Amino acid sequence: MSQTVTLTIDGRQVQAEAGTTLLEAARSVNIQIPHLCSNEELAPYGACRMCMVEIRQGQRTRLVASCIYEVEEGLEVQTVTERVLNVRRLVIELLLARNPTHPTLLKMAADLGIEKTRFEVEVKGCILCGLCVRTCREVVGVSAIGFEGRGTSRRVTTPFNEAPPDCIACGACATVCPVGVIPLKDKAGIRTIWKTDYPLQRCESCGRIIAPVKQLEYFAKITNQPLSHFTEHCVHCR
Amino acid sequence: MKKIKSAAELNALQEELNARLDPNKPCIAICCGTGCMAHGTRNLVERFQQELADRQLTEKISLRRTGCHGFCERGPMVVLHPQKIFYQRIKVDDVPEIIDKTILGEEIIDRLLYRDPVTKEKVVHEYEVPFYKKQMRLVFGMNGMIEPTRIEDYLAIGGYGALAKVLTQGDPQAVIDDISAAGLRGRGGGGFPTGRKWNATRKAEGSPKYVICNADEGDPGAYMDRSLLEGNPHSVLEGMIIGAYAIGSSHGYIYVRNEYPLAVENITLAIDKAREMGLLGQDILGSGFDFDIVINRGGGAFVCGESSALFASIEGRAGEPRAKYVHATDKGLYDKPTCLNNVETWANVPLIINKGAQWYAGIGTEHSKGTKIFSLVGKINNTGLVEVPMGITLREIVFEIGGGIPKGRKFKAVQTGGPSGGCIPEAHLDIPVDFDELSKLGTMMGSGGMIVMDERNCMVDVAKYFLKFLEEESCGKCTPCREGIYQMRKILDRITNGEGKLEDLDTLEWMGQAIKDGSLCALGGSAPNPVLTTLRYFRSEYEAHIIDKKCPAGVCKALITYGIDPDKCTGCHACARVCPTGAATGEKKEVHQIDQEKCIKCGACYEACKFDAITIV
Ligand SMILES: Cc1cc2nc3c(=O)[nH]c(=O)nc-3n(C[C@H](O)[C@H](O)[C@H](O)COP(=O)(O)O)c2cc1C
Ligand code: SF4
Ligand code: SF4
Ligand code: FES
Repeated sequence: MSQTVTLTIDGRQVQAEAGTTLLEAARSVNIQIPHLCSNEELAPYGACRMCMVEIRQGQRTRLVASCIYEVEEGLEVQTVTERVLNVRRLVIELLLARNPTHPTLLKMAADLGIEKTRFEVEVKGCILCGLCVRTCREVVGVSAIGFEGRGTSRRVTTPFNEAPPDCIACGACATVCPVGVIPLKDKAGIRTIWKTDYPLQRCESCGRIIAPVKQLEYFAKITNQPLSHFTEHCVHCR
Repeated sequence: MKKIKSAAELNALQEELNARLDPNKPCIAICCGTGCMAHGTRNLVERFQQELADRQLTEKISLRRTGCHGFCERGPMVVLHPQKIFYQRIKVDDVPEIIDKTILGEEIIDRLLYRDPVTKEKVVHEYEVPFYKKQMRLVFGMNGMIEPTRIEDYLAIGGYGALAKVLTQGDPQAVIDDISAAGLRGRGGGGFPTGRKWNATRKAEGSPKYVICNADEGDPGAYMDRSLLEGNPHSVLEGMIIGAYAIGSSHGYIYVRNEYPLAVENITLAIDKAREMGLLGQDILGSGFDFDIVINRGGGAFVCGESSALFASIEGRAGEPRAKYVHATDKGLYDKPTCLNNVETWANVPLIINKGAQWYAGIGTEHSKGTKIFSLVGKINNTGLVEVPMGITLREIVFEIGGGIPKGRKFKAVQTGGPSGGCIPEAHLDIPVDFDELSKLGTMMGSGGMIVMDERNCMVDVAKYFLKFLEEESCGKCTPCREGIYQMRKILDRITNGEGKLEDLDTLEWMGQAIKDGSLCALGGSAPNPVLTTLRYFRSEYEAHIIDKKCPAGVCKALITYGIDPDKCTGCHACARVCPTGAATGEKKEVHQIDQEKCIKCGACYEACKFDAITIV
């Protein structure tokens, strides 16, 4: 029962299905809006504020996060205005103060004409986009990690700062992190993540490493299959 | 008390209770609001009870433990009815004398009277006290007439009559039209038209629908919502029940801050009593309308007052704002149509129903109707809660009701709207209190905090103080608010340390606008206001810190030196006595001095000197 909506983005007529976000609608006509915390696999979050755009409502205009705001019939959207650019410049400079070296951030800054931040740098690495926490909860389905603290004390952590009981060591958080600050190491049959060691399972047929034992156990549980189903063969020798 | 089964039964009960009120019977109304309780009112109540019992007067003289009267500055206080004699700063040992001389002997005790600091005259009656004279205490004034724990008291003065009226008329849409015609706007901050919000919730599809009272009040120094819940909980309940009826909701919540134990206690009791009497629960007053209320105790984060964070908190999730572009009236609590209103907004509802939309719309300015309760604090003679008609000027509030600035110092600014409101200078004191006028000045009505500052407040320091509060209360979810407020505060730190640069001021202005534009919720969306308004109205003070490396108000420690004016020093030795490091020294009756090496700039000598001899440069 999908309905098509027509709107204008940067003066171009765009058609999109109702329920599409402005970010997606823009992308469909090759208008790129910089963004950091949105991901197609995850529910809208709207925290980095990089993706702001300006929309017109009657006489007034206002800024909205394009990763959340949905298309509306006749809506006029501007993705590059002075107000929008000011927010993006501020956001990227603020994030560079936490992470002054990551190429993704430096590239975004350069696109906005910024070389380095004017703010005092306190390297924290993590830019608090929440992709890891949300991937763990929404895609993996375990919520092994979460946020702790308010304001600038906010950080990603495991419950009570200890070995996370629900973690299956899948490493999705480390993979999704746009600035690569979650340490993950595979060495000598052991995966180390969130300061905890997890044995890796080898394929019983060909001996290649498949995945952490805990992850396979989790798969076995949610699919209601015996563990052996996942360990007897791997993708390479099946 | 037994269940009331119809509006007619309620009216009969109200009349019966009202008839029992003897207007000539002496009554001692003791303020038991939070402010007065802190001043030791509990002992006072006990002493009154004791003394009345000893004299076998408990039948002849009644004692009423009321909620806050507003004039907290002067507590503990009593009002003696029927004459309305006002005694303030009472001590336990004054009690026998009050009973014997004033109540039995009709003699006024001069030392307990309030003295008008302007005319220097003693004032006998409550209604003559300048603090009360210019107020219009429509919502808050009832506090003095009832005991909050006694539903009978509320019923006796006509309580729940508005509810009976709307249930009898049986037209929910007409109730909404009344609220709209009255022009009521939300008292919780945004000033959104209440009627429109109710209508949207009524029209929204989905069930159940929720009605919520926001009592998260967390602004530093603000306590009007708390005092309403403590002092007159039934007025809030009555407003909610009427609203729920109009909207078509059976489920209500009161989200109240856990740090308000008395408010929680009184509202819990009020709900129990109302339910017992058939004013809440199923088939209210025999009308077939069902509605009940659950209390939700908030953990006390400031941001939990924001609507989406409040919903998350009630749902048991982290109290964090959610980015979305749908209205709560469509998708609020549990994604169902929800009407969230502030405590004071709800308390205005019975008043409008009772006295009529026309009457209500006659009070205030074109777009701001009715009264507003402010918590008046800071450098002001009469600290307390004041309820004023919209349209009154800030000058009237500060100088007439508030009695001006203590110690004859000069007024400098008044901050309205809570921590993220703006600071208004003397030049704009004559604007009327009105939602739109205040926002034109870069500030807001907010929930009603009003902090007065005098010449000894440094506006850069003030801006830093509010920013620090907001920095700590930012939930940390979105970048502009979390990092932006922090970096703005760091810049202010540098300026107050004498390390500021002139371009910092442009950076602050630029950041302020971008943070307002970019933040996810209204906390970040308004957080820069204290900085932006002080930059707008007190820019030269910022410049003095940066260019001259001076703090004109003598506050910023890094930029001041304490000295002693030899012409004024009498050698009283007060400074030397309080100086913690021995920097202030001198022989008695001779001019003293301050050793700059030892001085830690704590300001103790400045406060201690009675001769204004301590200088700050
Ligand atoms: C950070 C923040 C804190 C808030 N705190 C409160 C509060 O304590 N009480 C309140 O009534 N409204 C508060 N609000 C405003 C509410 O979100 C909401 O607008 C209000 O409760 C609506 O009621 P009203 O229309 O009756 O004013 C706050 C808003 C923000 C952004
Ligand atoms: S660790 Fe990476 S993915 Fe997780 S919040 Fe920080 S930057 Fe985002
Ligand atoms: S504006 Fe501040 S309080 Fe609101 S969501 Fe962003 S970080 Fe949290
Ligand atoms: S991508 Fe939209 S707010 Fe982060």
